Amino acid sequence: MNTKSTAFEVSKLTKHYGDVIAVNDISFSVNQGELFGFLGPNGAGKTTTINILTGLAWPDAGTMNIGGIDCTRNPKAAQHLVGIVPDESNLYPELTGFGNLCFCAALYGIRKNERQKRAWELLEVFGLTDAADRKFAGYSKGMKRKLTFAAGIIHQPPILFLDEPTTGIDVASARQVRQIIAELHRQGTTVFLTTHYIEEAERLCERIAFIVKGKIVQTDRIVDLLKPVKGKNILLLSVSNGERDYSDEMKRAFPQYQVQSLKPSEIRIESTEQIIVGPMVRFLEERGVQVTEARRQTPSLEDVFVQVTGIEAELMKKEKEKIGGGGNQ
Amino acid sequence: MKRWIAFWNILAKDMQAYYLKPPNISWGIIFPLAWTGMFFIRSGSGLDSVLGLLPGVMTISILFGTTSMLSVTITFERRSRSFERLLLAPVSLELLMLAKTSGAIVFGIVNAFVPVVIAAFLVELSGIAWSLVIPAIVLVGIVSTFLGLFIAVSVSEVFEAQTFSNFFRFPMIFLCGLFFPIMSLPIYIRPLSYILPVTYGVDILHGAINSEHIMSFMTDFLVISSFCIVLFLLSLYNIKRKWIS
Repeated sequence: MNTKSTAFEVSKLTKHYGDVIAVNDISFSVNQGELFGFLGPNGAGKTTTINILTGLAWPDAGTMNIGGIDCTRNPKAAQHLVGIVPDESNLYPELTGFGNLCFCAALYGIRKNERQKRAWELLEVFGLTDAADRKFAGYSKGMKRKLTFAAGIIHQPPILFLDEPTTGIDVASARQVRQIIAELHRQGTTVFLTTHYIEEAERLCERIAFIVKGKIVQTDRIVDLLKPVKGKNILLLSVSNGERDYSDEMKRAFPQYQVQSLKPSEIRIESTEQIIVGPMVRFLEERGVQVTEARRQTPSLEDVFVQVTGIEAELMKKEKEKIGGGGNQ
Repeated sequence: MKRWIAFWNILAKDMQAYYLKPPNISWGIIFPLAWTGMFFIRSGSGLDSVLGLLPGVMTISILFGTTSMLSVTITFERRSRSFERLLLAPVSLELLMLAKTSGAIVFGIVNAFVPVVIAAFLVELSGIAWSLVIPAIVLVGIVSTFLGLFIAVSVSEVFEAQTFSNFFRFPMIFLCGLFFPIMSLPIYIRPLSYILPVTYGVDILHGAINSEHIMSFMTDFLVISSFCIVLFLLSLYNIKRKWIS
């Protein structure tokens, strides 16, 4: 597969819901076989973008082209090329796991023998063969997520849209889902992944767009996004008995470093120079604060995200978990 | 071919998941039986009244069976988001909705024959013009189902679907000539009868079973077919406007 040709592209896409601008004049393109990440907080416009691209919503302005088909006015035109795993399970509670997969395959016109074979293959891949004959309504959250994923790829789409695929599921299931995403990418599927888990995006994606309040604020390859923070040193100090915020005092005492209090028990120090730990530990201990841990951190995509968007990644994750019900990282 | 695989499987899934469930089968038998019994006893004219009641009982069986099931199942699927699966399929919205409604149409048609089977044990049915009855039943099934679809698209909760269905169904029992001739209604109410689609289906059935009809069969077929098309197109328009927004 030619990785240089475009799998799909959108240009100046805009979508309003009443007075709210869900997607604001966004443009991007995804290459064939690429794993592209869409990273942003709740309400950034990630799901709306996927809904427009998959035909569940109309854009107010802009154009979109999927697999060489202009589907701006006819979103149905390219639906045979795409698969979608939505942010919430949307299978039939009254059907069994096997029944759901066969039904979803039938919607794409796959013949009976082939869809049954494919359903069993996927049930095996996702470790759901024992639950094949159980009704979907009785599945656990992780199982529902996995079966929804399986239903999204039952017709082997060349383009796959994944909307927060690991949100709200257990660690083992999330790990399995990530492995499957990596495998699909290795096989040449174009993957568009929305997530609020920065580590997940960094681990899986080749290119990432940061989206905030409906606007794409930056799009680049991971290696290029990391360039501005390359060479930076980061030190994280875990403290106890710290009843007040010492970051301002530390900034005055150590002007060569950037000091930031992430939460009451954690101080983050950043510098392009080597960070000397001893004086800072002594500074805090003299003020009755115990330093329980000091660890150096390699600058990550999270640092870039915070720098570009001004949004604390940890806050974004917690906010989503509050809605999604549980984390998985 | 691929589109028809999708069409057939949507129909088969709905039949299996909703319409062939024991409560619905028993509803399909008990409901017409209860109405037949009620009007039969009320008429007080013995077996002679059976053929006169048959068009109304057949129509009411279709009307209640189709509108209830379709509006509730679609609203339920919308709530559980499984309806999205259909919207994501590479099949035109028209074909999708035809597939989604065909289960209810079949269910309605089958329901209509329950009172016919009961009547067959009581009276002679050889005088009935089946060549008119069958297309009339099919059209009443289609128009009632599309009415159910229109209701489903207009509401967001299952209880709203039930309430809104009754808003249409109960007046139809009295206004469409099911059991009370339209000509016996007060003159200022009659225009209401003529804007309700079921009126035309019932008129064909009365004509085919009892040779008593107030409009020509051609008019009846044309008007009820037009209602089918208008209700379907209106529902599609509302789906595009409200559900693919």
